[in-house]
Amino acid sequence: MEKFTTHTGVGVPLRRSNVDTDQIIPAVYLKRVTKTGFDDALFAAWRGDSEFILNQDAYKHGSVLVAGPDFGTGSSREHAVWALKDYGFKVVLASRFADIFRGNSGKQGLLTGIVSQENIELLWKLLETEPGKEITVSLEDRTVTCGELTVPFEIDDYVRWRLMEGLDDIGLTLQHEEDITAFEGTRAAWRPQTLPAKTLPKVEIEAARPVDA
Amino acid sequence: MGTTLAEKLWASHLVRKGEDGAPDLIYIDLHMCHEVTSPQAFEGLRLAGRPVRRPDLTIATEDHNTPTLDIDLPIADETSRVQINTLRKNAEEFGIRIHSLGDADQGVVHVVGPQLGLTMPGMTVVCGDSHTSTHGAFGSLAFGIGTSEVEHVLATQTLPLKPFKTMAINVNGELPEGSTAKDIILAIIAKIGTGGGQGYVLEYRGDAIRALSMEARMTICNMSIEAGARAGIIAPDQTTFDYVQGRPHAPEGQDWDDAVAYWSTLVTDDDATFDTEVNLDAADLEPFVTWGTNPGQGLPLSAAVPNPADIPDEVDREAAANALEYMGLTPGTPLREIAIDTVFLGSCTNGRIEDLRAAADVIKGRTKAEGVRFLVVPGSARVRLQAEAEGLDRVFLDFGAEWRNAGCSMCLGMNPDQLKPQERSASTSNRNFEGRQGKGGRTHLVSPLVAAATAVRGTLSSPADLVDAPAALV
Repeated sequence: MEKFTTHTGVGVPLRRSNVDTDQIIPAVYLKRVTKTGFDDALFAAWRGDSEFILNQDAYKHGSVLVAGPDFGTGSSREHAVWALKDYGFKVVLASRFADIFRGNSGKQGLLTGIVSQENIELLWKLLETEPGKEITVSLEDRTVTCGELTVPFEIDDYVRWRLMEGLDDIGLTLQHEEDITAFEGTRAAWRPQTLPAKTLPKVEIEAARPVDA
Repeated sequence: MGTTLAEKLWASHLVRKGEDGAPDLIYIDLHMCHEVTSPQAFEGLRLAGRPVRRPDLTIATEDHNTPTLDIDLPIADETSRVQINTLRKNAEEFGIRIHSLGDADQGVVHVVGPQLGLTMPGMTVVCGDSHTSTHGAFGSLAFGIGTSEVEHVLATQTLPLKPFKTMAINVNGELPEGSTAKDIILAIIAKIGTGGGQGYVLEYRGDAIRALSMEARMTICNMSIEAGARAGIIAPDQTTFDYVQGRPHAPEGQDWDDAVAYWSTLVTDDDATFDTEVNLDAADLEPFVTWGTNPGQGLPLSAAVPNPADIPDEVDREAAANALEYMGLTPGTPLREIAIDTVFLGSCTNGRIEDLRAAADVIKGRTKAEGVRFLVVPGSARVRLQAEAEGLDRVFLDFGAEWRNAGCSMCLGMNPDQLKPQERSASTSNRNFEGRQGKGGRTHLVSPLVAAATAVRGTLSSPADLVDAPAALV
């Protein structure tokens, strides 16, 4: 994972609350088996509308998304993060994020900063008054700067450290493999195992009957 | 001071306490995989040369993409076929048990785990799917994870996590006839909002919860994520033990006795405190339906479409206005007058045998409203087989419903079961997001009872609205 310290890029004001993961990337785009190539799927339903913010030239190359509260609610699909990243977003700012989305972002190096709704409104005004205006996000200082305005953002200390160091979670966990093995030695006998497989008797499944049966 | 159930589950799975702000390392007892969120995780393992640490604690099934008709034919959609074939290849390469389309144990992952007896109390359960919260109904800590975390669990059987906050949701009083678990959870989400549970494990408590069957408890825990929560749990009791006992993977003999003795300790201590508490009176609860585009935008069926101008909060007001525009609804319209094109009965929320039985009881001997499409999709192939053994398939077919094979189907429309633009559904699923059931589709979330009554009348209805309803429901 790339190290993240500061980022400067065009800010995109997305005046919507509850932008759920089906808006970020509809389910029909989840069928791919790769981790990249989702840029066309980002906000797919809204991209068809010429008025949509990312269809406006000034915001087209945006990399800092400034969104309403409860961004990323809904499904666990990490594709939402991949789509934002593939499009070119490095940072999402909102007053509240859904937990799974925020966790996924941290794993993929997409910075999610919590900014008060009051300050989000100030940023929206600045970005709308001057379309294409740049925003600088400093992870080191935990600040967002847009022109004369500098506001703080919150981020979990540990996530911040991992992003700044560009560290991979699995590698970090495997440093404690002995602890995992020791824990496994203490698990009770009743805890289920999937293998060997046990099931009720096999039954032949018939395909669904025709609709007009 | 005592501890909550969530804290007990956390402590009993703690591999390593995090230091200096680092997360705790939590052991995972059961990891379920499906075709959508796993391919990139397996690819990650392959690139890093890592094996799956515990194939014996991992299971896969095919659900999101699978067609519900013609399942004996190759899958027509090429990308769906590739994704499912990728899961099959990964399962073979990494030695993971898989229940593929056509197998009696295939189905929606959250229906399959409990029916095999793999979900039981006192566990940690994860899956790359937000509705993993379903399994909390057994008194397990169960939550959805992203693909990076799927890879992490495959490689290490653990997850680095920060402790969740705890919220008690006390539901007391006796649920009126005609109201169900679905109405309880829709009312809770309407009350606390789609972000109200963020960072929390919700523990559902109170006599109204105790009185529920396991299927109903799963419906409630399933939708914890729609309140933004990480997980939902219900302390196990005799209802739980009875449900688990005798299932294929249930412990036997001494192991069973040991397990029950331990499971009986899985309660929140009387002197434990929650970070937050919410109270709901079940006795007041009418059937609940959603009118908007997030699950928090719900009202009792007797209400009317709200007027955004009456909503004090600016953000909520704008969200409501956007939702009504998308849904094509006019403020003041009684919810009961909203005409429906399609009824969908199924999903990990309401695709279990009890849900099918409840809906079949309502429609039996009645006629489907003209022009309404009624899709019945059992949660798993076993549920379908059981329903057929009970003759429920005939009830649905005689009524004019379509009797399909198991899968996620129209809940999220990844397979051909989708709404057309502007088509309106009454759906027993869990999300009414814009475009969720098909681009431009309009979703009203409802209980199986409301779904069935709606199919009879053609507008959003409860069984009590049916002219010849049994006296108790009027």
